[in-house]
Amino acid sequence: MYRSELISRLSDGFIVTLQLLGWSMLIATVLGTLLAAMRVSPIAPLRAVGVSYVNIFRNTPLVVLFLIAVVGLPELGLLTGSFFWRAVTALSLYTAAFVCEVLRSGINTVQAGQAEAARAIGLTFGQTLRLVVLPQAFRNVIPPLASVYIALTKNTSVASAFGILDLTYQLSDLIEDFPGSLYWNFFSIAACYILIVAVISGAAALFERRVGVSR
Amino acid sequence: MATRSAGRTRRAAFAAVAAGCALVLAACGGDDEEPSVEVEENPDFPAGSTMAELSEAGSIEIGVKIDQPGIGYLAPGEDMPSGFDIEIGKIIAGALGIAPEDVTWTETVSDNREPFLQQGNVDIVIASYSITDERRQVVGQTGPYYVTGQQILVREEDKDTITGPEQLADVKTCSVTGSTSLSNVVDDYGAEPVPFDTYSDCLTQLQNGSVDAMTTDGAILLGYAAQAPDELEVVGEAFSEERYGIGYQHGDTEFCEFINDTLQEAYDDGSWAEAFEATLGESGVETPDPPELDACQ
Repeated sequence: MYRSELISRLSDGFIVTLQLLGWSMLIATVLGTLLAAMRVSPIAPLRAVGVSYVNIFRNTPLVVLFLIAVVGLPELGLLTGSFFWRAVTALSLYTAAFVCEVLRSGINTVQAGQAEAARAIGLTFGQTLRLVVLPQAFRNVIPPLASVYIALTKNTSVASAFGILDLTYQLSDLIEDFPGSLYWNFFSIAACYILIVAVISGAAALFERRVGVSR
Repeated sequence: MATRSAGRTRRAAFAAVAAGCALVLAACGGDDEEPSVEVEENPDFPAGSTMAELSEAGSIEIGVKIDQPGIGYLAPGEDMPSGFDIEIGKIIAGALGIAPEDVTWTETVSDNREPFLQQGNVDIVIASYSITDERRQVVGQTGPYYVTGQQILVREEDKDTITGPEQLADVKTCSVTGSTSLSNVVDDYGAEPVPFDTYSDCLTQLQNGSVDAMTTDGAILLGYAAQAPDELEVVGEAFSEERYGIGYQHGDTEFCEFINDTLQEAYDDGSWAEAFEATLGESGVETPDPPELDACQ
């Protein structure tokens, strides 16, 4: 009885946590890359937008962003239907600021000569960034980027207090229904998070060996 | 420097609490008189029993909720919680010869009630603690001292479409994370669960239209409906039975017998009904008959 309940609830929660993580990771990476491009662009207003974004979203506690997304947005008539997308909004806006900073530091490690050479053969700023600078920048920041994604994995647990049935929600539920098996409840939930984090670290290690820059 | 800024924060917090306090006072009116509790003088207990130990120490630690109006609630600015659970705690303490001011009230949340009892952080738990078989395997639970049932709170305009749990299929239904109420409507009626940390968060989502129903014990819902009678409505009959019990150390049968005797006495001499009227009864519920107590195992 307990074992089958545990397994079915764990798999339910695991899928929801993976969905949250997947969408937030995707949106945060795209948005973070755009922001990083803004922060190194030659156009001053764009740089200002990038800097302000990072200052606001990196310095706001995640729970406050969740409150804004879950309580504030519906008041404005946005995302009234879905708690899932409100959670994804909060998580991706927050994480994008970190992705942006990691990427920017990666861009700064690419030698200026690379960009100069690209401009010299007639590539535009956008082409230079896309074809020459960013591919090298990404390779330089695989370890810190993995750290950002691991932090995101753990941050998804905040959503359990905001209407999402993720792994952490299932933990509270299991504690309530099976108080006699506390250790199993805690260890099995922990194991699920460790599994996700292990996959991210493993993937990062693999990429680093394949494409990382060795100097 | 650090001390000074901490002082400032505390002052700000105090101001916030004071403002909250004023609101609560304005909402409830100041007419709630606490029922007086009988304190036994030099009660006699068998040597070595839990009762004798507590009675000699002259103090008891009781685990209670502090976020459920009418049941166990610590109003901002107050230092004593109030509610039906608290009154029951005072009655038990009184029978041990312990005055209400010598009781230490410790906050317990749903997740830590069993560990607190097992590790002896509290002597008993009176915290809207539904009696279940799973719990009885790890802690002692006696009672019930109150039987309530799960109901549904909806917006006024939905009261004709959602009239009971049968209409909850695929309806977004909010309740508190880790509560039995939520799994009841999900497992039995196919509701779409939306968990939040506190009941007041659920209420916000109900009012802004993100969820269409909120469910938990009727007593709690009636309190919220009373705050906004034009917007919210409690619908349907109670569809589950939650039997609130008193938690104690597993296996302490002697202590259990004592709690049962004390409760039975409170039923008979009317102090149970008095406690109810002063707390949960304030939201307009009629005082029920006292529930029958389970025998101690």
